[in-house]
Amino acid sequence: MGLKNNLHNLKQKYKGTKMAPAFNAIHTFLYLPDETTHNGTHIKAADDLKRTMNTVIMAMVPCLLFGMFNAGYQHNLQVGEIQAVTSGFFSPEFWTLDNFMIGFWKIIPLVIVSYGVGLAIEFIFAVIKGHEVEEGYLVTGMLVPLIVPVDIPLWMLAVAVIFGVVIGKEVFGGTGMNILNPALTIRAFLFFAYPTWMSGDKVWVEGAVERTKEIAAGANLDAISGETILGTLAQGKEMTHSVADMFLGFIPGSVGETSTLLIILGGLFLVFSKIGSWRIMLSSCVGALVMGLIFNGVVSSGWITETSKFYGLMSTEFWHHLLIGGFAFGTVFMATDPVTASQTTKGKWIYGFLVGFISIMIRVFNPAYPEGVMLAILLMNVFAPTIDHYVVQGNVKKRMKRLKAKVA
Amino acid sequence: MGLLSKKDAKLITDPLADNNPITIQVLGICSALAITAELKASIVMAVSVMAVLAIGNVVISLMRNIIPSKIRIIVQLVVVAALVIIVDQVLKAFAYELSKTLSVFVGLIITNCIIMGRFEAFALANKPWRSFLDGIGNAAGYGLILIIVGFFRELLGSGTLLGFKVLGDPIEKTGLYAIGYENNGFMLLSPMALIVVGIIIWIQRTKNTALIEDH
Repeated sequence: MGLKNNLHNLKQKYKGTKMAPAFNAIHTFLYLPDETTHNGTHIKAADDLKRTMNTVIMAMVPCLLFGMFNAGYQHNLQVGEIQAVTSGFFSPEFWTLDNFMIGFWKIIPLVIVSYGVGLAIEFIFAVIKGHEVEEGYLVTGMLVPLIVPVDIPLWMLAVAVIFGVVIGKEVFGGTGMNILNPALTIRAFLFFAYPTWMSGDKVWVEGAVERTKEIAAGANLDAISGETILGTLAQGKEMTHSVADMFLGFIPGSVGETSTLLIILGGLFLVFSKIGSWRIMLSSCVGALVMGLIFNGVVSSGWITETSKFYGLMSTEFWHHLLIGGFAFGTVFMATDPVTASQTTKGKWIYGFLVGFISIMIRVFNPAYPEGVMLAILLMNVFAPTIDHYVVQGNVKKRMKRLKAKVA
Repeated sequence: MGLLSKKDAKLITDPLADNNPITIQVLGICSALAITAELKASIVMAVSVMAVLAIGNVVISLMRNIIPSKIRIIVQLVVVAALVIIVDQVLKAFAYELSKTLSVFVGLIITNCIIMGRFEAFALANKPWRSFLDGIGNAAGYGLILIIVGFFRELLGSGTLLGFKVLGDPIEKTGLYAIGYENNGFMLLSPMALIVVGIIIWIQRTKNTALIEDH
């Protein structure tokens, strides 16, 4: 009983003072509070905000672990230590302790910085506002390390987290009041503030930036690099990765978004635990496929030739778009954010479809911003309340008509 | 204050803080977003607006009894346009590089809502001396925000202030850059100016809660 009692006593001691929310937060984070309601409630459910958040985090853990292996794998592959995977998902070349440890020591600091800085800001704001600490950062803190390049400097991540949490969330009133997805706000900030660390062929492979510096300083080493598939296609180059690699995730990219397979597993987990909206996931995929088909049609009808700068991405087979880049990750884990997505059923279909549709459009038409899904979700976040408004108004109108018909 | 009576002094101090044209009245935002990537441009813009607003206020105030109210907007436009053209020509003659940075935004001083707003709200109903002070005060309030925004955007976006490399050299890797610091490219884009203005509004209203509007 030691820790629990101590925390409880601390909480009682600071009750009514400025620091009360901070101690209360630590207490309720670790233990069930003593002051739960015992009678008078009509709905009994265990799925409070904390449990919802934890479910999402569990769905992301496979992506995180895979990301650690992949970071080491990409590094060793580029250095020439190991051969490329040959025998499917369980290739022994991939699942080695060596690969894992390289990724582990690179990615755990990202997780620690993300959670440390983000939760510190949540605590500060809770104390200033005199509110309880909100759990909203739990999911964001896990999303952030998964959607950044592995070599991003930690201080940049910290600056971006401060910006994203304060400007993206706290100014609007905290968890549940934000217009934009905080994790994507953080990524968008990094993307526009430090573009050299968020794109190009150096940042996606562990150690590539370091190696380039050593070579510049005169070391006798081979340069290592790894361009994402989107980057390769946007430059109109030939793709060197097989479709199986793209699906299983043995490709360079942000930490946790490469393996479409594991993202689908996480998505299924979210759908079956009724936390993520399958309507948004499905309609987003449909939207992306429709846009992909339109572009394929444009290419096959001959309007766009190989000389066009759009040719590389436009001629990509339409269903490949679902596998490459962060599309799958964004659709499953970020477009479905219950706070920033549309709330109405019909609205979810429209919202999801437009997320997918616009993602592929941005991807193809603006090769400078290859990650269209980030901008598409942020854009649709802004429009989600408008979509809901018209869906609700449409419903009101329909019912009014029915009422009139009945009266008459 | 010996020089100004208490009432006159308020004309200058009010727009600096509690009645600031940008953060309270939310006027003149466009130019605050467009030209504040460099501190120098912010200062020149602030001075230009001050010249136009102060002189324009006096001119309108002198003519206030003879302007027919039906065509007063047209008269005001003619006055601003004339003054803006003079400012534009002066800048082109003496600070050509800067006038290129400010480009179309000097001409667009005409459309700065603060100017027409002060003509309508103040100069048409007050004597020249008070109108002059009102023009100086409002332009100073506008310029103050421009300079604050310009200061942070240039410092964090380019690592310079008025062109001096205060944080070290990003290419030679001296100063802060030696330990891995990098310029924040987002600061040079207009959305960040909006966010900086927003933060100023946030701080100001936290300090003086009387400024928070009712809903």
